[in-house]
Amino acid sequence: MTDTIQPATRTLRAALIGNPNSGKSTIFNALTGGNAHVGNWPGVTVEKKQGEFKYNDFEVEVTDLPGIYSLTPYSIDERIARDFIVKEKPDMVVCVADASNLTRNMYLLVLLRELGANTILDLNMIDMVEGKLDINIEEIKKLLGIPVIKTIGTKGIGINELKEAIINAVSAKPSALQIHYGVDIEQAIHEIELQLQKIPSLYNKRFIALSLLQEDPQIEEEIKNEGFGAAVEAALVKAAHLEKKLGFDLETGIIEKRYGFIESIVKQSTKKLLSLEDKLTISDKIDKVITNRFLGIPFFALFMLATFQLTFKIGGFFSDYIDQFFSWLGEIVGGIQLPHMLSSFIVDGLIGGIGNVLVFLPNILILFLILSFLEDVGYMARAAFVMDRVMHAIGLPGRSFVSMILGFGCNVPAIMSTRTISEEKDRLLTILINPFMSCTARLPIYTIFAGIFFSKNQGLVVFSLYALGVIVAILSAKLFRVAIPSLKGKISPLVMELPPYRMPMLKGVFIHAWERSGEFLKKAGTIIFVGVVVVWVLSSFPQSYEYASEGTFIGRLGHIIAPLLKPAGFDFWQVGVALIFGIIAKEVVVGTFGTLFGGEENISLALQKLFTPLSAYSFMVMSLLYIPCIASIGAIYRETGSVKWALFSVAYSLILGYTVAVLFYQIGSLVL
Amino acid sequence: MSLIFAKVGEEVAVESITGGRAAIKRLQEMGIYPGTKLRVIANSNGPLIIGLGNTRIALGKGIASKIVVKDQILHM
Repeated sequence: MTDTIQPATRTLRAALIGNPNSGKSTIFNALTGGNAHVGNWPGVTVEKKQGEFKYNDFEVEVTDLPGIYSLTPYSIDERIARDFIVKEKPDMVVCVADASNLTRNMYLLVLLRELGANTILDLNMIDMVEGKLDINIEEIKKLLGIPVIKTIGTKGIGINELKEAIINAVSAKPSALQIHYGVDIEQAIHEIELQLQKIPSLYNKRFIALSLLQEDPQIEEEIKNEGFGAAVEAALVKAAHLEKKLGFDLETGIIEKRYGFIESIVKQSTKKLLSLEDKLTISDKIDKVITNRFLGIPFFALFMLATFQLTFKIGGFFSDYIDQFFSWLGEIVGGIQLPHMLSSFIVDGLIGGIGNVLVFLPNILILFLILSFLEDVGYMARAAFVMDRVMHAIGLPGRSFVSMILGFGCNVPAIMSTRTISEEKDRLLTILINPFMSCTARLPIYTIFAGIFFSKNQGLVVFSLYALGVIVAILSAKLFRVAIPSLKGKISPLVMELPPYRMPMLKGVFIHAWERSGEFLKKAGTIIFVGVVVVWVLSSFPQSYEYASEGTFIGRLGHIIAPLLKPAGFDFWQVGVALIFGIIAKEVVVGTFGTLFGGEENISLALQKLFTPLSAYSFMVMSLLYIPCIASIGAIYRETGSVKWALFSVAYSLILGYTVAVLFYQIGSLVL
Repeated sequence: MSLIFAKVGEEVAVESITGGRAAIKRLQEMGIYPGTKLRVIANSNGPLIIGLGNTRIALGKGIASKIVVKDQILHM
């Protein structure tokens, strides 16, 4: 055996950081060739995304940090980014900056350099300034002492140079940037640094001193935990003293000095060839109509309605075929000579249960496709803008609305997307109301019931449930704001970037939609599978009873719950069982019906016997509201960091779902 | 004058920002601070859209009212 000599490979860790809409995701994709999503509204990159690339003998692991404006822990995203850079210590940080808005984008770069990170500046979207602004990158390199690369991420231009710069930066150890903040502030920084001489912190001392003067709560706490509480107290006194002496807010003063520094660099290194801001862009013209004071909301409603109609019209077309496929498969398997139990497991359990859930894949895929498209085209930020006034009236910022709309897809990423909401109370409220947004997992329930009982107005009935979810969410927000002391307070003001409209790369939209639908498939293979198997087992034993009959375990279980459901109009044990297992994932409601009744046709017949249109609607209301699924409860727990809020959410929705369904049925029975 | 009184199409320079610390900071980090030139893209009795170079930023009326601006005198 001969050994082939492998070149010594070295693994480097690079982090990608930048303002929202700086094209950071595009650079990430170009670097890694990966399928990370190219988003458009601020804050789409909430999760930590990683990819790799190889260059020469190096293997580089790239971490995509959230799109942020600053490193002060003002929002969770900023905290994530700063913690990653300081604590995980990547070998280098690539700061992606939108070349057409240099000053603002370089603010983050300055913070990174003050932190002491080994930074590379990537001037992206350089084509946007061509002929308008001449940027002398040699000058910037000289002034900042770091590598500077020009790229056009969407076209892959400059990516190789960027890769090379990343590799070359491996041995660079630039010292932290020091901006002169004026005699008085410098004196204070110096004094605090002296007190911190022995601190074993990961941050550099000047950075700590500056942060303490700016009353950065996270740094204050960390330094206190290091046992330097006295320095923190002293810094606070100094800050107050300085503010009095200087006559301005210290933090504002420091930020302005940074901008002063940036402006001088920009001035020395760029030449304006043409005014950048003298014309209304095409986006502005579109916005004149789309965000118009009177037309904005009607447009929004129209887009949403169109979304649901398309989801059902196109999705339904494909669903029929999948349904036929599973019926055919069921008959084939049923015809094969197999032991009875195995045959029942495959036909009743798997095909009946999972097949019934998979039928809805086209609907889900199309809904995600449209939501991804709206997001990538830049409409989501406009929706937040248009809804801001309405949202304010109910006690939430417009930004919350984007999370609510994402909830139509799946509540879990929607709950995670609240990370960009900086005001903690606003964020908590937005999280708590999200489970009332009809996610795609409820869609199969609506589709089945609306198809059977409201076949003429299917789209409208489903739309009404979505609307009901929104209304419940809104009223709940209002209630929480008034009734829960820890949620009282002012709504954070709207300050949000509107990205330019752009035709999204269709590939990106498809990948994004497919990734999210993939989650659904994964769920079908895991949690829904388990749910279905449990239902099948409980329906099969004790074996002396007929499959899924009242005497089986599942029948007995259902019988315990059924009486409770009487006031809501569906006191049948099968429904009780479906609702219990729906907690696992709402798709399991339909999966359970499938396992209990057999294929689609049997479900249809069985449900027609059990339900009236009124109780069917009441059941859909119940399914919409009654409890967040396990994954959502988990997301609420993770994002709020509190068992209390997760439990509150479960209890509140259980009570509410039951009450609304009962009220609906009872009042409906009186009226009809 | 306050930014909310600026007319659509007008170019103004930020003079000062009043109001809460957090709000001021947020604006500064987005690139809005004394000396910044803003263009009013939309302003119709609700949130405003302002232009900062190529960037468009939506500002709620409340926070916009706290940005004090000066008309740019258009001299060549």
